[in-house]
Amino acid sequence: MATSSVSKGCFVFKPSAKKKKKTLSLESYFVQGCEDAESSEIRFRLCQELWDEIKTDTEVRTDVHVLLYLLDFTRKCSSTRQNSDWTSQMRASEIPTAALMLGVNVPDHDMTFQSLSDMLKQSVSPHVASVQAKECGALKHLMKKVLERLMDTVVVVDDEDEEENVETSPRVHRSMHCSLGILCDWYTARTKKSPTGTPGKKRSSQVRDEQQQPPVVIIFKDLEAFNPRVLQDFILICSQYIDRLPLTFIFGIATSPSTIQHMLPHSVSSLLCIELFQSLSCTQHLATVIDKLILASRIHFKLNGKVMQVLIGVFLYHDFSVRNFIKGLQLALLEHFHSQPLSVLCCKKKQALFNVTQLSKPNLDRIRQLPSFKRYVEKQEAQEQVNLMTDDSHLKEVCQQLIKDLHKYHKNYYPILRCLHTLTSSLPRYPLGKQIRELYLICLAKNVWENEDYQSAMKLVKMLAKGEMVSLLQKCVEILQLSKSKKMKNALVQLEELLAKFKQLDTATEMTPTVEASIPSPIKNLQKKTDLFQLQKTLLEMNESRRAKRLSPFENLRNEALEFIDNLVKSHLSPPESQPLYEVCYYSSSATVRRHLNATPRTSIQAALSNPYYYLQVHLLHEDGTVSNTAPDICIAYKLHLECGRLINLYDWLEAYSTVVSAAEGNDQDSENFGKVDEVKHARFIRAVSALEFLGFIKSTKQKTDHVARLTWGGC
Amino acid sequence: MTALLQHPGYDEERLKGVAEKLPCREVQAGMLLSLMGQPHQYSYPSIFIYGHRASGKSHVMHVLMKELELSHATVSCVECVSIALLFEQVLLSFFGCDAASLLPRSPSLSDFVRVYRQQCSQSPAKQTRYIVMEKAELLRDTDASLLSALLRLQELVEDNVTVILLSEIAWDKFRPNTGCFEPLLLHFPDYSKSELQQILSQNVHPSYSAGFYSAYINILLGVFYSVCRDLRELRHLAALNFSKFCEPLAEGKVKETDTHKLWKHIEPHLKKAMQTVYLREVSSLQWEQMQQMEEEEAGALRGLSAHTHVELPYYSKFLLIAAYLASYNPARTDKRFFLKHHGKIRKTNFLKKNEKTSNHLLGPKPFPLDRLLAIFYSVVDSRVAPTASIFSQISSLVTLQLLAQVSHDDQLDAPKYKCAVSLDFICAIARTVNFDIVKYLYDFL
Repeated sequence: MATSSVSKGCFVFKPSAKKKKKTLSLESYFVQGCEDAESSEIRFRLCQELWDEIKTDTEVRTDVHVLLYLLDFTRKCSSTRQNSDWTSQMRASEIPTAALMLGVNVPDHDMTFQSLSDMLKQSVSPHVASVQAKECGALKHLMKKVLERLMDTVVVVDDEDEEENVETSPRVHRSMHCSLGILCDWYTARTKKSPTGTPGKKRSSQVRDEQQQPPVVIIFKDLEAFNPRVLQDFILICSQYIDRLPLTFIFGIATSPSTIQHMLPHSVSSLLCIELFQSLSCTQHLATVIDKLILASRIHFKLNGKVMQVLIGVFLYHDFSVRNFIKGLQLALLEHFHSQPLSVLCCKKKQALFNVTQLSKPNLDRIRQLPSFKRYVEKQEAQEQVNLMTDDSHLKEVCQQLIKDLHKYHKNYYPILRCLHTLTSSLPRYPLGKQIRELYLICLAKNVWENEDYQSAMKLVKMLAKGEMVSLLQKCVEILQLSKSKKMKNALVQLEELLAKFKQLDTATEMTPTVEASIPSPIKNLQKKTDLFQLQKTLLEMNESRRAKRLSPFENLRNEALEFIDNLVKSHLSPPESQPLYEVCYYSSSATVRRHLNATPRTSIQAALSNPYYYLQVHLLHEDGTVSNTAPDICIAYKLHLECGRLINLYDWLEAYSTVVSAAEGNDQDSENFGKVDEVKHARFIRAVSALEFLGFIKSTKQKTDHVARLTWGGC
Repeated sequence: MTALLQHPGYDEERLKGVAEKLPCREVQAGMLLSLMGQPHQYSYPSIFIYGHRASGKSHVMHVLMKELELSHATVSCVECVSIALLFEQVLLSFFGCDAASLLPRSPSLSDFVRVYRQQCSQSPAKQTRYIVMEKAELLRDTDASLLSALLRLQELVEDNVTVILLSEIAWDKFRPNTGCFEPLLLHFPDYSKSELQQILSQNVHPSYSAGFYSAYINILLGVFYSVCRDLRELRHLAALNFSKFCEPLAEGKVKETDTHKLWKHIEPHLKKAMQTVYLREVSSLQWEQMQQMEEEEAGALRGLSAHTHVELPYYSKFLLIAAYLASYNPARTDKRFFLKHHGKIRKTNFLKKNEKTSNHLLGPKPFPLDRLLAIFYSVVDSRVAPTASIFSQISSLVTLQLLAQVSHDDQLDAPKYKCAVSLDFICAIARTVNFDIVKYLYDFL
């Protein structure tokens, strides 16, 4: 670069503003490679709105009550410590410890601890430090982390102490070895200095300070991962300072509380006063999240059955992590808005109706292409069909109606789903699943009433006793009361009538005694006869009579109720695929989600080796089945090794390799040098083989000289 | 009694105070005093005191130092994560912070000696200085020369200083290979039952008579003495259960002197305490709450070890089962369990000499990752793609301490693991996935 300076020297050139790489905003990332760029802005905005809504919904902790108990516990501990009667003097001063059981879904714990420490800081004590096992390999580090976090938090929180902390904190850092003694001094300095206390009122403020000694809370996020030795030593040290420093521990435990006993010997655990706190199990947590995000008509973005299956499968089979579940939902959301141009219609009803009017010509054509719309068109009359396919404004009108219908469908769908769930969730052997998500998956797949399990469930419901039936229906009434749609209100009225009838029965049955006795009992006859034919006949008769037996009023009513429920199910729980324009709201690419969430490194490597075209996209390689000569060395070596047995002779392999490569170079097949191994080929081969060894396909063996062992099975 | 604690160098009144504060330890205190000699006299360079937990070692030292106003530095070795901290604390309590700040960063022993001598020449000792090191057994883990140097610190710094080491471990376990200066050994024996009785009875509850409290202690010791002789723990238990003991008295059913009835009332209660609160199954806070609750309610409160159930994702369960099988079955028998046409191999045929003993008695054996996965794929009932999350589950099982990684973290090639769960645990896990694990275990064939 040129300078205008005459003198020699070093000059700093700041890159000019134009050259600076413009950092892309989120939106431009979204728009890039997005189908139908016109509407992409709207879609991006809709997507973000939805995601914000989901985020705020999930931020509200479901196990808040556990955390509240914990807060109570820490408060109680700090208050009991300060009274000085005989018992507390005599008692060995234990460190109050809360063992918080969180389940094995470790990634989720961060959220919990974050909200816990926020709550603690707000309402109990400003002195909260949380430590993780991986940053505390040795006692030294643990100590340092605890001190840093405790003292630093104060710097942030309190401006008054700025000066003092400027003094103290370098001292800590300079002397490098920090002990709890320093913390103790710091703590007493903090608590002694009452911000309002004037020298004259020294006594009274002293008393108040004693009452207001906030506890120092140390959170061990993952107890299992801590080195037991470090933890033991730390507890031992803390117990020496407990009379001066009101410490409280919180252990985050992923497995079971007995780990505490495994990790700490009696001499150490006797220094702790451990209390257990059980958080919600992860499946319960998932249920609440599904309840909030998936089974809500408020959020218009939906997942189809397969995608749900993938997400739930990842949760149940792999990680038990609710956070990952929500991440998966986020991915689906992004993908949907990114890849589906018609997702402009996936929003609130008013906006969606407006967006319909704004639809561009290509988008209208896209609507006409939708399978669900095609099905809808086929059902219409001939003239209407032509209109729909040709007249854009007519199509827009119809679309508006269809969108309205879709919204109505959702509004009715979820209450009925919940009703059906309450009715069937307590049946023996759970034909329709214990959890609502199972029922939801069944309903998404196909018409639920054609399902065998549904029929068996209904049969079981038919056998319910009166008390149970009434209480279940009562619950259904409560569910329907929450819904605002017209149809649900109608259903509610009907259901309430039914319930009233059930209640009337109580009084009615007392009036009319049963007339069961009048029916002649064939069982008595049965005992007399021994003839096989006769027996069969009587059995048939018995069957007949049972069928013909007059139903009691209760049974009649029960059947009526069931029929009512059945009708509701049939009219509202049809799968989303049956609704025209369902593609607007439902994301259906389960393969994409699976590929992103459940990576298969091994399969990808194998795909890359056996079919390099898949990744390289070079047309020369576009061949099926056979080894392409022009493929990368490692692919050729890989293909050749597939043809070998358990042990591979390196020399044979090299020969084969060099033949293939020579052919690729276009050497004359008849020439003398064809297939000869030269140095370059040799080196290339060795490199390919060592790469294969690194990837774990072969390994060196001592069984035979010049051979390598193959580690994978399955031929070419 | 006080006759034992007579020493020309110290004030008689003070010695009396010391004797009162050290019940049942007069002999040891007297011995120590005579070892220490008069304040201005040089003392023996190092004294090693050992005795069990809560046998009064630290207490005796503390009282002696405080009451007789001797210049001393008390250092707890657990707290000294680095020797720098140890040096700093010693210098701090002898010469003030200025001296401590003279130490360089990460000081060596010679730095310490240099600073000490320098300070010592400025303010020479008129009296013996004492360095009391608690939990001295941890000194063995530090630099080998530190212990030997401390033992003859008097020579090194040329000052009237005595190092007193307190430990729960006998001196034999300390002696370094290279040999060292032998300190004077002093043993603190355990308190006998009557001594415990005497010491515990001193903490009388202010609103009850001494005789009554002593009777309570007698009963308490009767129950607990066989399992616990730790004074600290006993005192704690005494405090926890005293309110229950006084209950009939408060209700006016019994008089203070009616020991038998009181015993009948408290004995089952103490037995229960032994099983729960003493083992820390139940925390002392919960124990106190339980005492106020009704009997049937208290039954609902479960101890720590009662919660053993662990919820795991589906494949993690199978991974754990596979790990268990790999740990407890000999590798040669895998063919027998997991191949369809394995032929008939009788157990006796391939018994090797060392395999005759039960594998469960020998504990888990390490196994490579390959074997774990091979077994996993054959026990899991559906086709599982080898996804990244399967592998990450293995490492999360390691962090949950259900598996243990045997090979070093750096070894990426073929990591080895051990299964760290018990048979009961794995049986419970296997039951939830309907897998009959006993059928696959070589020991139960």
